[in-house]
Amino acid sequence: MTDTSRSHPAVEARGLHRRYGPSGPSGFEAVRGLDLTVARGELFALLGTNGAGKTSTLEVLEGLAAPTAGEVRVLGLDPARDRAALRPRIGIMLQEGGFPGELTLAETGRCWAGLTSDARTVDEALDLVGLLPKRTVRVKQLSGGERRRLDLAMALLGRPEVLFLDEPSTGLDPEARASVWRLIRDLRAAGTTVLLTTHYLEEAEELADRLAIMHGGRVVAGGTVDEVLADHPARISFELPERTGPHAALDLPALPGADPRIDGRRITLRTSDLQGTLTELLGWAARHRVALGRLDARSASLEEAFLAIAASDAATLPQIGRAA
Amino acid sequence: MTAATTPAGRLLALGRAEATLLRRNRTAMFMALALPLVLVGALSSILDQAAERTPGLDVDANLIAGSMGVVLLIVVYCNLTTAYTARRSELVLKRLRTGEATDTEILIGTAAPSIALALVQCLLLGVGGALLLDLPVPVNPLLMLLGVVLTTALLAALAAVSSAVTKTVESAGITTLPLLLVAQLGSGLMVPLESLPDSVADVCRLLPTTPALQLLRIGWFGTDGSAPSEGFAGTWGQGAVPLLLAAVWTAVAVWAARRWFRWEPRR
Repeated sequence: MTDTSRSHPAVEARGLHRRYGPSGPSGFEAVRGLDLTVARGELFALLGTNGAGKTSTLEVLEGLAAPTAGEVRVLGLDPARDRAALRPRIGIMLQEGGFPGELTLAETGRCWAGLTSDARTVDEALDLVGLLPKRTVRVKQLSGGERRRLDLAMALLGRPEVLFLDEPSTGLDPEARASVWRLIRDLRAAGTTVLLTTHYLEEAEELADRLAIMHGGRVVAGGTVDEVLADHPARISFELPERTGPHAALDLPALPGADPRIDGRRITLRTSDLQGTLTELLGWAARHRVALGRLDARSASLEEAFLAIAASDAATLPQIGRAA
Repeated sequence: MTAATTPAGRLLALGRAEATLLRRNRTAMFMALALPLVLVGALSSILDQAAERTPGLDVDANLIAGSMGVVLLIVVYCNLTTAYTARRSELVLKRLRTGEATDTEILIGTAAPSIALALVQCLLLGVGGALLLDLPVPVNPLLMLLGVVLTTALLAALAAVSSAVTKTVESAGITTLPLLLVAQLGSGLMVPLESLPDSVADVCRLLPTTPALQLLRIGWFGTDGSAPSEGFAGTWGQGAVPLLLAAVWTAVAVWAARRWFRWEPRR
């Protein structure tokens, strides 16, 4: 089994549905036909607003919940049916998980080490997340961010091949977040497959080899950061000088591929060819000696792509750029 | 810890952590250590009064079997209802389920320290009682052991069921009350069954906790007080119905626990 499983992707979901409650209007379908493939050694980010279905998806992949429909494989195994074979090979950090407040970190680690095959030493795991100095402190005395790091340390105890992290940096201060990002990068460099959910866009931009944006229970955009952004226009904005009057916009050159929006003297252009449009615009401005006020040109950011997707109705969005 | 985990190793890890938590929980320790003593004292005076109204009542047998029942009820049932509820509301159970331990292992591992504590107390009560009260040697130790095992399993499963309807640790005192009252009044703990009218006693013998507790007494004294004392062989006859009933109630409780136990707090 382990010989052939090398050829399987780390994570695979096909037509995944997950419904809470009964069918019909009284139930709620959190995941609606999700397809997802995460290759071995890849760092994959699942992005989405709250309620997009990220955690519901992750719980099925982790084997904590059964899908209503669809196929799920992790390392070629069924997370629910092959639980005993799979669990020693994966690490899980829940969005919200707990450890008894009255145990110290070392006691917590000792318990978890006893539940984990081929576990690292407790001190090594605590050291990875910078909590070694707190090993004799009780869990209830930790800050929220420290608890998240303890959670991560326990997920790393078994040196997992696949690591599921549900919003790993939520609640962390900037310094702790940077160190968690560094740790996640190190794990990836060492060959660990990481599937993380986040609603921090810079986290996905910073860490992920590939990402999928979930909305309304589906993947609505996916691929590398560049691929996702390719579907979204860059933006140029500027103000025309006062003396040109409001009709000056009509004198603008024909800018191929650009979609001008005029708000008084303020012009916003959306374009899929930022360099070309900008060259045309600046050439026109130079020739006509027009000073462009508050000139701003920027590539599409993940944030813009994300907000555009979040603002749209899930039902009207095509399933573009499947993550597969 | 360089190898694959085993069920025994996982139970040990869970049990050790839970034992530490039990030791650090003053309320639970007080409940487990002091309350049974208080209740055994109360039981002793209740039984003395009952003996005046019910001639031939075996006070010592009632006291020993009743004390063990009270200890198991408080230390296993009440303690565990609280422990399961606490671990659930701290999201500990949810987190544990992401690991290698199975659901059953998590429940048993969490229960292990309370059960061990109750069994040690029962042993002390048995040995201490036998010496102080100059009691006979148990007629059928095997039946007694079956009684202890079934009572423990039954109460642990009932604790899991009770915790399913217990939202907070604070409300466990209320949700455990019905079974506590039923068991203390109807299972021969605080009120000897032989002091009740026969028809009432017969109904009481069908209650969930009565049959398993009866086995303790039949195993030790050869009778539950409703028939003449038997020898080793005879106790199997007298114990057959309670044994069957106890097994059925335990199976029902385990089924109910699997059906209704909640791993996460209600949203």
